[in-house]
Amino acid sequence: MKFRGRVWKFGDNVDTDVIYPARYMNIHDPKQMGAHCMEDADPDFLKKIRPGDIIVAGENFGCGSSREHAPIAIREAGLSCVVARSFARIFYRNAFNMGLPIFESAELWDRVPEGAEIEVDGAAGTIRFLGESGESLAIQPIPPFMLELLKDGGLMKHLEKKRSAGEGHS
Amino acid sequence: MGLTITEKILLRHTDLTDIRPGMLINARVDVALGHDITAPIAIDEFRKAGGGKVFDPAKVVLVADHFTPNKDILSAGQVKILREFAREQGLTHYYEGGRCGVEHVLLHEKGIVVPGDVVIGADSHTCTYGALGAFSTGVGSTDLAAVMMTGEVWLRVPESMEIVLHGRPGRWVSGKDVILHVIGRIGVDGALYKAMEFKGDGVSALTLADRLTMANMVIEAGAKNGIFAPDAITEAYVKERADRPGILLASDPDARYAERLEVDVAALEPQVAFPHLPSNTRGIRDVGNVPIDQVYIGSCTNGRIEDLRIAAALLKGRKAAPGLRLIVVPTTPEVYGMALREGLLEIFLAADAVIGPPTCGACLGGHMGILAEGERAVATTNRNFVGRMGHTKSEVYLANPAVAAASAVLGRIAGPDEL
Ligand code: SF4
Repeated sequence: MKFRGRVWKFGDNVDTDVIYPARYMNIHDPKQMGAHCMEDADPDFLKKIRPGDIIVAGENFGCGSSREHAPIAIREAGLSCVVARSFARIFYRNAFNMGLPIFESAELWDRVPEGAEIEVDGAAGTIRFLGESGESLAIQPIPPFMLELLKDGGLMKHLEKKRSAGEGHS
Repeated sequence: MGLTITEKILLRHTDLTDIRPGMLINARVDVALGHDITAPIAIDEFRKAGGGKVFDPAKVVLVADHFTPNKDILSAGQVKILREFAREQGLTHYYEGGRCGVEHVLLHEKGIVVPGDVVIGADSHTCTYGALGAFSTGVGSTDLAAVMMTGEVWLRVPESMEIVLHGRPGRWVSGKDVILHVIGRIGVDGALYKAMEFKGDGVSALTLADRLTMANMVIEAGAKNGIFAPDAITEAYVKERADRPGILLASDPDARYAERLEVDVAALEPQVAFPHLPSNTRGIRDVGNVPIDQVYIGSCTNGRIEDLRIAAALLKGRKAAPGLRLIVVPTTPEVYGMALREGLLEIFLAADAVIGPPTCGACLGGHMGILAEGERAVATTNRNFVGRMGHTKSEVYLANPAVAAASAVLGRIAGPDEL
């Protein structure tokens, strides 16, 4: 589970209304959701990013509503993962349920400049700065149950897998 | 070691013999809730996974309250997905049209949730039912799909935070002010992942409506759930409305808490949360001169009959300031009917208010009360994030219904004492 991309920085308390505005909540095709990712934080965001890029945020990322549109929009916009100081709790569970990898790091935000390239290694629990310094940071390992969710591709796929495994036994 | 009420409820919904904060558990669910924005995704996921039948058609509740009466063709399509699913699955509780109201008022009003329940809703304000002594929390659509299939939800058992309330609230002070004050003190992530348990002698001085308002907003402090141990007030309310009595639990005296906060309720004045965070609170005397364009009285936070009575008492014989739009939304048909029979609607009409149908509508910037660029609103709702009620350059100030009504009359943020 390795992700490589350029860093786009956001501050504390980035809420679900700026990640995915309520006015688009009558859309329910995931592809179209990606087209509004972070629109109210930075209207030009989608023009700037490349596939695989990484959002780096402060405290309480994803606070606000329970809308899954938020992690879906991030995933569909082509971002590979989010690293924040902390996540709001519903966003936290939604991200794993939707198969969007997220990581907590107390230090990254202060240490990384916008636009820098980093590599996040979820299995090894490190973030490496690509380029001159080459230094790396340790990050919290993802709890085993959540890792399983991500590997299975989200909660529903996980349940399906469990169900067919169960059926196999009977 | 003793258990908190949150831990006790969760334990009863598993086959475990012990429970402690941090554990990942699978809990059985008593009520699973979805609405016209979140349920279509859940239904889609449910079908894709070959869901078949829901785990219990009496325990899955669908409420079409957000973009209704259908705001546009897309919204109408969303509601249609709910309606057809409800029919196909034979759901006992499906609400739209004139039977529909804002979910977090409708569910307790209809006796669907009782003390001791585990309630999972694909809406962040599902935490509201903690006021009845239930464990209830908001999740995403996919979680709802999983609950509909399995009747269970994965949860990390939260640590609890005790919030000890002392004294009786003053004349124009309500549950809204207590919770805004608490959020102002601890911040929007002050209770992240935690259970906020309200206790102390101050609780008995609060009405159930106050408690519902408070539990409704614990998510604004990042909490997983808010909870009040049921008392005689809760019991009387539930008895009148529900077929099930529920289980009345309380925390053990030696239960463990991660944090403790004391609140002198008697010393509080009405609070106002400035843009763009619910934690950005000030006492009404420190507000200064803030002219406003709109006042919104409604939502699952403060659109109950108790709230409308307070607003009407202040608006009686008065009018909304020239150029100001006053919007009043009774949150359910029952609230609407009571307001009609008690003469409140007439008072609102005479005050030049627009009276909206029971809906979420403007609360989430959906429709029926959107703000233009540069406009300011006082709202009795729960969120004042950037763009919450309209343009990203509009502003929302959160307050109780008394402050909202006084502000409507004076055209600026004002306390009821200034009338
Ligand atoms: S009234 Fe507002 S906060 Fe409550 S459920 Fe509706 S949109 Fe959400």
